[in-house]
Amino acid sequence: MSESWRQMLDYLGSDAAWSGRNGLPALTWAHVKISLVAMLIASAVAVPAGVVLGHVKRGALAAVTVVNIGRAIPSFAILALLLPFSLRYGFGLGFWPTIVALVLLAIPPIFTNTYTGVRDVPDDAVDAARGMGMRGVEQVRKVELPVAVPLILTGLRVSAVQVIATATLGALVGYRDLGTPIVSGFTSPDKGPLLAGAIAVALLALLTDALFAVVQRLAVPWRRTGRTADVTVAADTGPGGAAGPPVPPGAAGPAATGAAVTAA
Amino acid sequence: MITALLAAEEPLVRWDWVGDHTEEIADALRQHIQLTVVAVSIGFVISLLLAFVAVKWRWTYEPLAGVCSVLYAIPSLALFGVLVSIPFFGLGFRTAEVALVSYTLLILLRNDVAGLDGVPAPVREAASGMGFEGWRRVLRVDLPLATPSIMAGLRIATVTTVGLVTVTSLVGEGGFGKLINDGLGRNFPTPIVVGAVGSILLAIVFDLLFVLIERLITPWARAGRPPGGRRRGARGRDVATVDVPAPARVAGPAQGRTRPPDARPAVARSAAAGALGGGR
Repeated sequence: MSESWRQMLDYLGSDAAWSGRNGLPALTWAHVKISLVAMLIASAVAVPAGVVLGHVKRGALAAVTVVNIGRAIPSFAILALLLPFSLRYGFGLGFWPTIVALVLLAIPPIFTNTYTGVRDVPDDAVDAARGMGMRGVEQVRKVELPVAVPLILTGLRVSAVQVIATATLGALVGYRDLGTPIVSGFTSPDKGPLLAGAIAVALLALLTDALFAVVQRLAVPWRRTGRTADVTVAADTGPGGAAGPPVPPGAAGPAATGAAVTAA
Repeated sequence: MITALLAAEEPLVRWDWVGDHTEEIADALRQHIQLTVVAVSIGFVISLLLAFVAVKWRWTYEPLAGVCSVLYAIPSLALFGVLVSIPFFGLGFRTAEVALVSYTLLILLRNDVAGLDGVPAPVREAASGMGFEGWRRVLRVDLPLATPSIMAGLRIATVTTVGLVTVTSLVGEGGFGKLINDGLGRNFPTPIVVGAVGSILLAIVFDLLFVLIERLITPWARAGRPPGGRRRGARGRDVATVDVPAPARVAGPAQGRTRPPDARPAVARSAAAGALGGGR
């Protein structure tokens, strides 16, 4: 083991690690770039679809099915399957098969969480919005979306971390990112680049996760106050009195906690 | 070589190849099942122990779940990379299993805790009153009541693991992943299709198996009357009990990575939002 770690230190001390298209900065940027593009495409597809279906409260079966199928299909298999097609139709190695696999991977969590978040906005909140004269788009924009934000962000977070992790596999179909030194390192006697790449991807994934944690905190400032409100409610209903009405998960927004308090 | 195959308009599946390689495919299936079952079993035991700790000493839940989410966030390839460079693990079974087990933990722990937490306090008290104490109560009362949520976790973890097993072909294991890797290396679609379809079918079979097992071991769930619920008067409790199995059945753990097991764990994790998992 110590041998491998020494090799990594040697590698990190060399110019090869920091410059050129096989250097860590270039590989990291390629990794981030493809992940970002995949997330943007997936969000552009999944968020509107989830919002619309959640708003009309239809498609529960679709939501569950999408997420279950998404879970059962291995990205590795998708990547491998796409490669021959990509080659046949002139899209080449690397980028295209990888991005398609990543988008397919990212869609289910975003879609399902958006759908659930919007659908399960408490009736009280929707009724209040309607009572204030809101309809259609305005109701979605001012009430349903804000209440669903925590859950949507959770979906994005889960997807983003998985996309970063899976982009590594792109190296198998010729996309040059942080997976490249890992894949070539399995069979190479020099474990330096492999370890450096592995640690870099792990850090990138953890960083992404942490970034979303911060965004979630900033985007949902009422969460913390919401939590204390929950405690009060639980105390009010006495022992075992768990949370009053079945408040949906992501709807721990102001409306949701408000509803819970009223009901108690 | 690539151009040659392209020109030949290689079909997606060459059935004669499938016929000639039934032995290899059966081997892949056997290895895939083995890798999955070992990983989920070990993960289940570890997660259950952690869950008992988390339920007994509340403050431990956050750090335990935190460690598990860090493990979950680490890309499998990165984990392989680090483990491969350690002689004890190297290329092979141990490295594959460490990675697979570590990805089951977060999913399983969340659902275990949600299930154990969802056992209504009056039920616990009644059990104590009837002389069930300590481990005996945990085994005879708490665990059975937590079963729906725990089973939901097992289902998600197993389906996810089946997908992840394919990636372990990079460290020389892989089950159906071996076929995929083989096809990828030769730019030959047939084994890729066989491996992908095999892996997906296996995931579905495992999923159905769990549905069946859950039906068998929780006969009361079908009667539509969760034990300890419904018949009791208090409204608040009514809602709580009904909520526990329902969301768990849909999907399992959701959102709120930082949420402690508060008064409404099952609710907080409810619905189809169990968006964890997926291959990487």
